[in-house]
Amino acid sequence: MSSVQTTLLAAGEASEHRGLIITLFSVFVAATLVITVWAGRQTKNAADFYAGGRQFTAFQNGLAVSGDYMSAASFLGIAGAIALAGYDGFLYSIGFLVAWLVALLLVAEPLRNSGRYTMGDVLAYRMRQRPVRTAAGTSTIVVSIFYLLAQMAGAGVLVSLLLGITSDGGKIGIVALVGVLMIVYVTIGGMKGTTWVQMVKAVLLIVGAILLTFLVLLKFNFNISDLLGTAADNSGKGSAFLEPGLKYGLTSTSKLDFISLGIALVLGTAGLPHILIRFYTVPTAKAARKSVNWAIGLIGAFYLMTLALGFGAAALIKPDEIIASNKAGNTAAPLLALHLGGVDSNWGAVLLASISAVAFATILAVVAGLTLASSSSFAHDIYANVIKKGQANEKEEVRAARLATVGIGAVSILLGALARDLNVAGLVALAFAVAASANLPTILYSLFWKRFNTSGALWSIYGGLITAVGLVLFSPVVSGKETSMFPDVDFHWFPLENPGIISIPVGFLLGVVGTYLSKEEPDAGKYAELEVRSLTGTGAH
Amino acid sequence: MATETPPPSKTQARLPSTEEFVAEQESAEFGELRRSYRSFAFPLTIAFTAWYLLYVLLSNYAGDFMGTKLFGNINVALALGLAQFLTTFLIAWWYSRHAAAKLDPKAEAIKSRMEGGA
Repeated sequence: MSSVQTTLLAAGEASEHRGLIITLFSVFVAATLVITVWAGRQTKNAADFYAGGRQFTAFQNGLAVSGDYMSAASFLGIAGAIALAGYDGFLYSIGFLVAWLVALLLVAEPLRNSGRYTMGDVLAYRMRQRPVRTAAGTSTIVVSIFYLLAQMAGAGVLVSLLLGITSDGGKIGIVALVGVLMIVYVTIGGMKGTTWVQMVKAVLLIVGAILLTFLVLLKFNFNISDLLGTAADNSGKGSAFLEPGLKYGLTSTSKLDFISLGIALVLGTAGLPHILIRFYTVPTAKAARKSVNWAIGLIGAFYLMTLALGFGAAALIKPDEIIASNKAGNTAAPLLALHLGGVDSNWGAVLLASISAVAFATILAVVAGLTLASSSSFAHDIYANVIKKGQANEKEEVRAARLATVGIGAVSILLGALARDLNVAGLVALAFAVAASANLPTILYSLFWKRFNTSGALWSIYGGLITAVGLVLFSPVVSGKETSMFPDVDFHWFPLENPGIISIPVGFLLGVVGTYLSKEEPDAGKYAELEVRSLTGTGAH
Repeated sequence: MATETPPPSKTQARLPSTEEFVAEQESAEFGELRRSYRSFAFPLTIAFTAWYLLYVLLSNYAGDFMGTKLFGNINVALALGLAQFLTTFLIAWWYSRHAAAKLDPKAEAIKSRMEGGA
């Protein structure tokens, strides 16, 4: 029995908590379904389905970008990592935030100006369409599925824990519920529905974080030094808790692993397809820039609050209790809510239920964004431009996207159910590493390097993708350790959990090698179009 | 190399021909926009990436320095971490100011001239 449940049972009100949590979940789900149906009625053409009609304001999109980006890994994962490993948990969030500058300075505006619906639009702009779109579609789907799987499995663990479901059937049921909801959001609501769901989620998450932060600071009379000191004492680790090293500084390998992770985080964000397609939902590149600025402000403020939540949990809850509830600390934030409200009080129950519902909303909004990104890429890049060779009409394309959503949703439910007891937390970091190794080099070369050609694009996408995934396959993430996905077998030879430090330079290098190995001359006319268009918006959709 | 699908055209604005795009790309006006963008964005990207990596390396290999207490329980590690937040906000603001002042007017002038068909 987990400690959350023990705590709840000790309060003698487990069933009431559960009833309240389920009620709040249901209210959120009902509200989002109403939004989805409303958005679905306004979705008439392909631009509506893929890009929400391109009429969202910069602020709305900034909120939605934040909602798309701040996954359960950000909220529960970082708060939990800080609660258990102190400063090293905070290190994580810094990479996630600084990464947005790459998107702001190099990617968001040129992408908005030159693409239409997908990342593949920009990668294939001046290249041979079919091979490059196939590669872009493959990489989009691989990145999104890894990310999706981590979220689905996380939802299973989290919700079963909060609701006290321990049976296999119950966990599979939750994964299936999340999967069905995301299919409904995306097939009916398209980008419009998904955007609104993400905006609502972002508001709930930020309000929840502000409330908890305020309550934590109130306990310490707004004396941050006092909060840190109490956290350090209560953690049993003393001042080391406030310094780097508890999580990543143990061995020279773990230090190298942290560098690798840091590079992947900083370079991965600007290559995540579900983030990139959000820039198509605003009318101009200028609005795309402003939405990134909003996102940087909101995400930055949120990560600052996770500091208070993580150290607050460390200060107010015994570390044993956090670990007993979830080894990775993923339930530290909901536990903190319970303790802040008072373990025996109704107020504690209400806070716990609210924060749990926010976490559930967070997962739903992120999985919807991921499903939309992969089904859009399947329909627009692979179906319309590769299979139909550009001859499909809008209706056929959107129908293909809806069918792809159902297919991808079904596959994720199946994989999520199979992976429910595996440790898949490493998959989010892997998604960032693949995005940084395969997508980012290709995007940057396409936009800024005149000589780049089809061969170079294929080498950097496939080379980065295969290197990153291959290294992880033979890393401790998959086998050889107690924390591995398959702890009972050992075929690992790559020592690091994150492949970025190798696979990102390989991706960049292969783009150059592939370009020079081919005799293909770059299309100068198309590059002129792409360059002028990406910087000025001439001819932009 | 010909592509298999023509670039999708926009109905309301005139889409300039490839020749016009090539001519524009080689023009002094566009050259100035490109220089103004690249000379700002590229060095700044290298700078903030280096600053972030420096922070990661310090966290890894300079534990004693990072653990130095500044006041109360606030140490160098925490101050540098918060400094990363601060520089991120400042760089975003600085780039946006540069873009609004130096890039947007040039980009809009080129766009309206080309789409207007002058």
